[in-house]
Amino acid sequence: MEHFYLHLPILQVLIPLILAPICIVLGRPTAAWLIAFFASVASLVTALSLLHSVSDGSSLSYHIGGWPPPIGIEYVVDSANAFLLVLVSGISTVVLLYARDQIKFEISLENHTLFYTCYLLCLTGLLGVLITGDVFNVFVFLEISSLSTYVLVAQGAKKDKRALKAAFNYLIMGTIGATFFVIGVGFLYMATGSLNMLDIHERIIDLESSRTVRAAYAFIVIGMGLKLAMFPMHLWMPGAYTYAPSVVTTFLSATATKVSLFVLVRFTFSVFHLEFEFIQEIFKFLIMPLAIIAMFSMSLVAIFQKDIKRMLAYSSIAQIGYMLLGVSLLSEQGLTATFVNLFNHGITKATLFMSLGVLTLHSGGSFLSNLQGIGKRMPWISAPFLIGGLSLVGIPGTAGFISKWMLVQATLEAGIPFLAILIIMSSLLAIVYIWKVIEHIYFMDQATTISAEKVSFRILIPLWILAGSCIYWGFDTSFIVTASDLAASNLLSN
Amino acid sequence: MIFDLNFILGHLNYWLFILLMMIGLYIVIARGNLIKKIVGLNIFQTSVFMFYISIGKVSGGTAPIFPIDMNINPATVYSNPLPHVLILTAIVVGIATTALGLALIVRIREAYGTIEDEDITLLEIQEQEIENQHL
Repeated sequence: MEHFYLHLPILQVLIPLILAPICIVLGRPTAAWLIAFFASVASLVTALSLLHSVSDGSSLSYHIGGWPPPIGIEYVVDSANAFLLVLVSGISTVVLLYARDQIKFEISLENHTLFYTCYLLCLTGLLGVLITGDVFNVFVFLEISSLSTYVLVAQGAKKDKRALKAAFNYLIMGTIGATFFVIGVGFLYMATGSLNMLDIHERIIDLESSRTVRAAYAFIVIGMGLKLAMFPMHLWMPGAYTYAPSVVTTFLSATATKVSLFVLVRFTFSVFHLEFEFIQEIFKFLIMPLAIIAMFSMSLVAIFQKDIKRMLAYSSIAQIGYMLLGVSLLSEQGLTATFVNLFNHGITKATLFMSLGVLTLHSGGSFLSNLQGIGKRMPWISAPFLIGGLSLVGIPGTAGFISKWMLVQATLEAGIPFLAILIIMSSLLAIVYIWKVIEHIYFMDQATTISAEKVSFRILIPLWILAGSCIYWGFDTSFIVTASDLAASNLLSN
Repeated sequence: MIFDLNFILGHLNYWLFILLMMIGLYIVIARGNLIKKIVGLNIFQTSVFMFYISIGKVSGGTAPIFPIDMNINPATVYSNPLPHVLILTAIVVGIATTALGLALIVRIREAYGTIEDEDITLLEIQEQEIENQHL
């Protein structure tokens, strides 16, 4: 048992990676789903035990192949990434519970095993990006997850062929982003001679004025900005989220951009030094204004969308603006607020997209007019959407309120109350578009296209797990806030 | 900026890297044909490979391979093998991305009948109009 425990960091990545091709080998959809579910649960258990072992603020270090760093690749688990590992594997497990019945309607039967394979590869990539301590390894896992994501998004082509063009656009922009990141890593290697994050952190202390290091940071910010849908580089996201199968959108909206945001945070705090002037200037003059513009413009665009999936996609971009605002405060409270936002937004968006997926099946489309009056016919599915919507806006009693509250507190603590006002104003915009959907669902006459059949408990259970967690973590904030606090202080103490 | 011939010729690799990178990005943005976009992406990625390999060269260094009888002369200067390894990984990622992009183009051709960006957008707008009329 001792031996097993020591290898937990590599098992986190290895379990979904090894089980992915087995899904194809077994050939039957039910068996593939069982393997995928088992892999996801095993990842969740590993992530929880890793979180438990670093909950005292220490960090675990795993040397791959026994090669000591900085020669070998090192996996580092500390309270920052353990928290996100739990989020990604938790969302993956809940989504897989829901996936089994949902993809019967969205993906042709012969592709089911391949779907689960790509899903597990995507999970591998995301977990690997979080856990690695080597900068080039980040690129490798990032591309593993991105390539599987492009395939998963394109699976929506059975229902709507625009998924193909959306996946292609995502591929082009995502690859440009990853290649910019590689250029940045190349400059870092040129300047420091090492690829290990902690090693670069030490070697880069005297290199603040080096143009190579500044260029490296610029390329990394833009590269990861493309991946996390920072404001002007978000163009791939509405298409990808709208036309992908709802299972894929549910999983991606809660994990993919959050992982890329974590990479940006990791590089800013653990690889580069916060004291560098150019980093503070980039955050103050580039990222903060872009975040504020995203918060307002994307919420405004969301208000005018008729397709609810597209509306929620634009809303996601606005929420990423909030998270970037929290990071750009460059304080411990700001970073804590970002981590709380990350987690709560993950479960909120997953709830919204999951319930929307089920509602779409029974009403023939995801437009506002399709969903009119469906609240009376399918109350048990519409209620999670309502709960998710309230959480998105930030009504007290939901998880979203805690994240907005912490963000406002962070801005007040940083001494910029103007930002707090901006945050509240843009949350009011969210009320407008959420109210539009709620009004159509509950307060309008029924549309003719609704065929409300009984929904199996296999869909109700994950849906209500997510909806319940939106409410639960709005009241019992101890786990999330302490974990985020620990993560932030860990990152800042480097 | 000093137009020092030594500076320019000494950094020739890096100038070529920047040139190819910009050409690749320009093709991706400016060309409407989807296959040309993939070609542009490939040129862009190739420029990055060239950049990495240029980093690895040590002046006076030979190929980083030990002799077969393992009589290692401690005075030999070897070039850095690490960027070569990184580039192998990046090449594989580039191949996978190109393969995926081309597969998507085949599917797009089947679904839309064309692989020109503007024509696909026109078809999508037409479908959007039809959808909006039904609502």
